[in-house]
Amino acid sequence: MAVATQEGSVEAQRRWEGSLDHLRGLVSERAVTGETMLLNMGPHHPSTHGVLRLLLELDGEQIVTCLPDIGFLHTGIEKSIEDKSYEKALPLTDRMDYLSPMSNNMAYAAAVEKLLDLDVPERGQLIRVVCLELARCASHLVWLGTHAIDMGAMSVLLYAFRERERILGMFEMLSGQRMMGSYIRPGGVWRDVPDDFLPTLKGFLNDFPAKVDDYEALLTQNPIWKDRAQGVGVIEPDVALAFGMTGPALRGSGVNWDLRKAQPYSGYETYDFSVPLGEHGDVYDRYLIRIQEFRESMKILGQAAARLETVKGPYRSQNNKYCPPLRSELGQSMEAVIHHFKLWTYGYDAPDDEIYSAIESPRGEIGCYIHGTGANKPRRVHFKTPSFMHISALPVVSRGYLLADMVAIIGSVDIVLGDCDR
Amino acid sequence: MEIPAARDPVSAAREVFGDAILRVKEFRGETTIVVEALRLPEVLDYLRVSAGLVYNMLSDVSAVDYHPQDYGAGFSGDYRPERFAVSYHILSMLYNRRLRVKAFAAEADPRLPTATVVWPSANWLEREIADMMGIVFEGHPDPRRLLMPDDWYGHPHRRDYPLGKETVAFSFNEAEISKHKPFASD
Repeated sequence: MAVATQEGSVEAQRRWEGSLDHLRGLVSERAVTGETMLLNMGPHHPSTHGVLRLLLELDGEQIVTCLPDIGFLHTGIEKSIEDKSYEKALPLTDRMDYLSPMSNNMAYAAAVEKLLDLDVPERGQLIRVVCLELARCASHLVWLGTHAIDMGAMSVLLYAFRERERILGMFEMLSGQRMMGSYIRPGGVWRDVPDDFLPTLKGFLNDFPAKVDDYEALLTQNPIWKDRAQGVGVIEPDVALAFGMTGPALRGSGVNWDLRKAQPYSGYETYDFSVPLGEHGDVYDRYLIRIQEFRESMKILGQAAARLETVKGPYRSQNNKYCPPLRSELGQSMEAVIHHFKLWTYGYDAPDDEIYSAIESPRGEIGCYIHGTGANKPRRVHFKTPSFMHISALPVVSRGYLLADMVAIIGSVDIVLGDCDR
Repeated sequence: MEIPAARDPVSAAREVFGDAILRVKEFRGETTIVVEALRLPEVLDYLRVSAGLVYNMLSDVSAVDYHPQDYGAGFSGDYRPERFAVSYHILSMLYNRRLRVKAFAAEADPRLPTATVVWPSANWLEREIADMMGIVFEGHPDPRRLLMPDDWYGHPHRRDYPLGKETVAFSFNEAEISKHKPFASD
């Protein structure tokens, strides 16, 4: 635990540099006697996907145990949110899981809506689904590219980023920003989709399935890929549940759990799609699941694109206590001006009570716990993030595999350290 | 295999633990049960393994600090006897429902028994709380700090820990910085 004195911190530093006493009980006794080797991996190792440090205990090339060390990307987002009104805290959530900011926005917005008991109009929900599924594709594309490069398939990264760029272009159309859009807000979305968005989306939907086939042609039956991935990093379903793993890491072990199906939000229950499941729980199954999730996302996006043409109406809640009035009203309505001013200066009060709400991000369940104060700032906001749970399971998942497999395992559970450290 | 019918977690827990269930609350469709701190792991384990309940996954553990005045005898609202509260959000996949189990910890010596024996996933979630909120989880297998550096002073998520205006600590100015932060010490 923390050492409170100056002498204490020197002592702590000496311990880190000099002995293994502080690791006693965490590594095996053989490491203390020098029989096995302790190897530091990271924080700057490229395949740790960010700044993750792993202290590996190796017996030859075999992993005996690993101690993940996180916190290098801790930015105090939860603490900062305590000093902001609910609406103004939203841009901070973009920065958590920087590969799918839309999912973070959604997790936070859904939690605030639950706390306020605020409804989102149908078109708002529809635009959200489009964003979330595009974010899922964009996030999986980065995962695919980096995972492939980790395992020695160099070219996939460039193809994957080529397609991701088109998705980011669409996000820019919607929000004015490629990545940190803060587009999904409590009560709906920031603005309606621009006119040229729908043709662009349709063009993308037209091209993308063939691209996914291309990735599969490069990897799925590739003997080197299969050698590296099959039978590696097997996660038994009970282990996945015990360590709170969610998303593709859990479904790869054959557990049928997807919050979009089980506890639908934003109208997911009205879309026709299926949840791909794995059998063996190895790296290869998790790869297959994400590839199939591209196709399922395409299905959802196809249905959503058709609805974008027919479903009209407001894109955010009309309740002006919580959502800003339209700019066009400001010149005509005194009440709108008052609402506008109140919202952007003070914000709104939320009850002094707590809620937990969760959504299915590309990586798994992002949960958001909010405890209000009765005034305009939250008492506590806590994000339960999938990467955090997945990294905490690494010691168990990687046990007994080879050092080279560690890279594959880290890639396959798909961690983002910004998501983990917050 | 036949799935046993779902049981009401509140009445089931009341039946077994009686007075250890201190309060039950409903808000926005979420059920919260407040339990006696010392019996927390027992209650969680019961909810995890019992037929008709099967809360088989720990979604989240989060802590909240009611500092400065929203707790204790003088507070008129919700039931909040102590300064700190820790909430275990558990999920039953079989019956597709969530439950919040909450326990309070006193300001003077915030301590709770660990739930790591019930759920391995509680390990890191509790370490995070011990690090950021300064609540000690007794019997925790790995009580090192998780997010903050090992030699950090204080617990940043406490409400009396200042936000911002932190000087970046290097070895040469560490002593100078700590002199100005008596409030943030353990």
